[in-house]
Amino acid sequence: MKTVDYLPLITKNSFRNRRRSLLTISSLAVSLCLLGVLMAMSRALFFEAEQSPAQAVRLVTHNKVSLAQPMPASAEQKIQQIQGVQAVSVRQWFGGNYRDARDTRNFFARFAVRPEKLFQIQSELIIPDDQKQAFLRQRTGCVASRDLANKFGWTPGERITITGDIWAANLELTLVGIFDDPDRNEWLFFNHDYLRESLPSTDPNRDLVYQILVQADRPEDVSSVGRAIDDLFANSPYPTKTESEQAFALSFVSFLGNLKLFLLAIAGAVTFAILLVSANTLSMSIRERIREVGILKTLGFTPAMILGTLLGEAAVLALIGGAVGSAFAWVLCKLISSAPTPVQQLKTLSVTPLITSLCLFAALLIGLASGMIPSVGASRKSILDSLRHTG
Amino acid sequence: MAIPLNYNLRNLIVRKTTTLMTAAGIALTVAVLVGDLALVEGLSTAFKKTGHPLQALVLRKGANAEIGSVVTRQAFQTLKAKSGIAANSAGEPLASPEIVTVINLPSIDSPTGMNVTLRGLGVSGIEMRNVKLNQGSWFQPGQRQIVVGKSVAKRYPNAQPGKNLKFGRGEWEVVGILDGGESAINSEIWGDLNQISSDFNREDQVNSVLVRAVDAASIKALINSINDDRQLNVSAIAEPEYYERQTSAGAPLQFFGILVAVIMAIGSSFAAMNTMYAAVARRSAEIGTLRVVGYSRASILLSFLVESLMLALIGGVLGCLLALPLNGITTGIGSFVTFSEIAFNFRVSSQAMLVGIIFALIVGAIGGFFPARTAARKEILTALREI
Repeated sequence: MKTVDYLPLITKNSFRNRRRSLLTISSLAVSLCLLGVLMAMSRALFFEAEQSPAQAVRLVTHNKVSLAQPMPASAEQKIQQIQGVQAVSVRQWFGGNYRDARDTRNFFARFAVRPEKLFQIQSELIIPDDQKQAFLRQRTGCVASRDLANKFGWTPGERITITGDIWAANLELTLVGIFDDPDRNEWLFFNHDYLRESLPSTDPNRDLVYQILVQADRPEDVSSVGRAIDDLFANSPYPTKTESEQAFALSFVSFLGNLKLFLLAIAGAVTFAILLVSANTLSMSIRERIREVGILKTLGFTPAMILGTLLGEAAVLALIGGAVGSAFAWVLCKLISSAPTPVQQLKTLSVTPLITSLCLFAALLIGLASGMIPSVGASRKSILDSLRHTG
Repeated sequence: MAIPLNYNLRNLIVRKTTTLMTAAGIALTVAVLVGDLALVEGLSTAFKKTGHPLQALVLRKGANAEIGSVVTRQAFQTLKAKSGIAANSAGEPLASPEIVTVINLPSIDSPTGMNVTLRGLGVSGIEMRNVKLNQGSWFQPGQRQIVVGKSVAKRYPNAQPGKNLKFGRGEWEVVGILDGGESAINSEIWGDLNQISSDFNREDQVNSVLVRAVDAASIKALINSINDDRQLNVSAIAEPEYYERQTSAGAPLQFFGILVAVIMAIGSSFAAMNTMYAAVARRSAEIGTLRVVGYSRASILLSFLVESLMLALIGGVLGCLLALPLNGITTGIGSFVTFSEIAFNFRVSSQAMLVGIIFALIVGAIGGFFPARTAARKEILTALREI
């Protein structure tokens, strides 16, 4: 008999106790779904995801001491002159409050930028040309990402008031455009000149910047441009730290605490739990069937054949669980990635084909490992003992 | 009449492998939940232990955190003259102007650097807090010296007495280690107010002012009088309240941990259900016998439910034991309020363990109910005939 001929026997056996199979599969599916989500999370958070061409040439410069320390506004000009730099724009974080700040729904990123540079550097952002022109013309104009505009039901012409906290200025902005962002950020950009003018004339912040966005000519230039910028300011009163935009974004992940260990610990617990569940079920179902194994042996089945069918059964259950779990994980990741989050990376959360196959592989491995001990025991039992067994 | 508990206990012991495996599954779920609760509890303890009930923190109106706030020195002069502010032994008002910023230091957990709060303050500021020095000496006014919180010293290899940190206009010497009990102060670096503000070009402004009221009766009045003073353009908040608000830093991890625990619980309740169905199937004849002897359907239902709950209880207790070693382990988390890291210890409290056990019992109840119902519904004759 060929291996394929055992398939009907295996599948039939897998579902002889339908309730148990269903419960086992559900239990495995739930756990494997979790494992899938955890894997997707570590991918999104810790593995440098494939960068978009626009992101691959971007760098962020800030004061070496920390983001809360400024650089002189003149730094922007100086960086522009460095070899390999395509475009430069200040990107000022304007905390502030929109409506009632106690409601976290009202929180979104607000940046003061150079309107003429924004859509050049952030070339992945798509905006109709007339709206872009309006943003260039109108000093108090601002543009919002589509997700943000939809959240508040904004349309062009909307008046948006943001009161400052870090900055001693209140902004009276008018929405002049809505852009599409493939990364689905909730972003609002407004004119840096307007911010500067709104500050009191004595405010030292008028001539200070905290973040500068740099666009290199080519992706290969990114590291040399970063070094050149930091070398330029190394001996000034304001030494800088320049990192790729992706590395900069990753630095915020550490804000969530020691996530790596946290994810690893949970993934370990989940894997071990699955192992227990599946081992338990399989040993229960095999124990019930020892007599039957004896009968099969009298019919001429060798221990190897019996081991094969029993393990096959474990594999079938585990694989179904893995497939269902991966599907659930896919749904869950979709839900999480569309929810508002302060951690940008979670927006890219997705169950990739690699993660699906890892999930299935883990399921298979767990199924076989957990089925091994009871199956070997059953296949080795002598015919007489098996037949005598009363389950 | 109820079937004796001993019957269930013995059944669990007879099927000890299955019992242990199912209980271990539940234990892992409970351990994840208790571990998560311990993390959140540790974090909130650190914040709750910070702040004096008689003190208020003064920030610019509209600012939610010290780092985003500016108070002019001029406003400080007006502030410290307010009535209701306590005085120290020398007769000076207990009002401390403070400058707060963050500096980026490489830590053990994140070698690329993590933000640490740097606070510049004067003698009154130290006096107003419940801190002591663990090691070394205090920074001297006018010197480029700093003291580091004990968690900072533990987590940041560069922040050790005798070493230098570089920020502002140059090097700063670490001269001591600060012990703030269990408070968030352990995660801060302190230095002389004037020295730090001149390094950061902020001589004429500070971030916040901490004031102490004379007694419990006057703290409210003091806060109100500061808030109502339109010229100052500042707002005051009770210090404990300010810190308590920051416990939200743990919210994402808390949410995530609970979500994981609930998902795992669904998985383990399926597993428990499986085990209990198998128990019911194996003991069919026994169930019939029990019915013949006179036990009612309700007692059978109760008995199997209790057995499942016992199973879950074992799991719950095991899970708590599994989470217990976490107690006291130090970890850190970033706060988007202070824009810096706060270190804290896991706290496996009895409350967290109780929640874990209740959680396990819920899993057991869900997993046990349907099999118990199946058992109770069996007809006597068919039950006896099954083998």
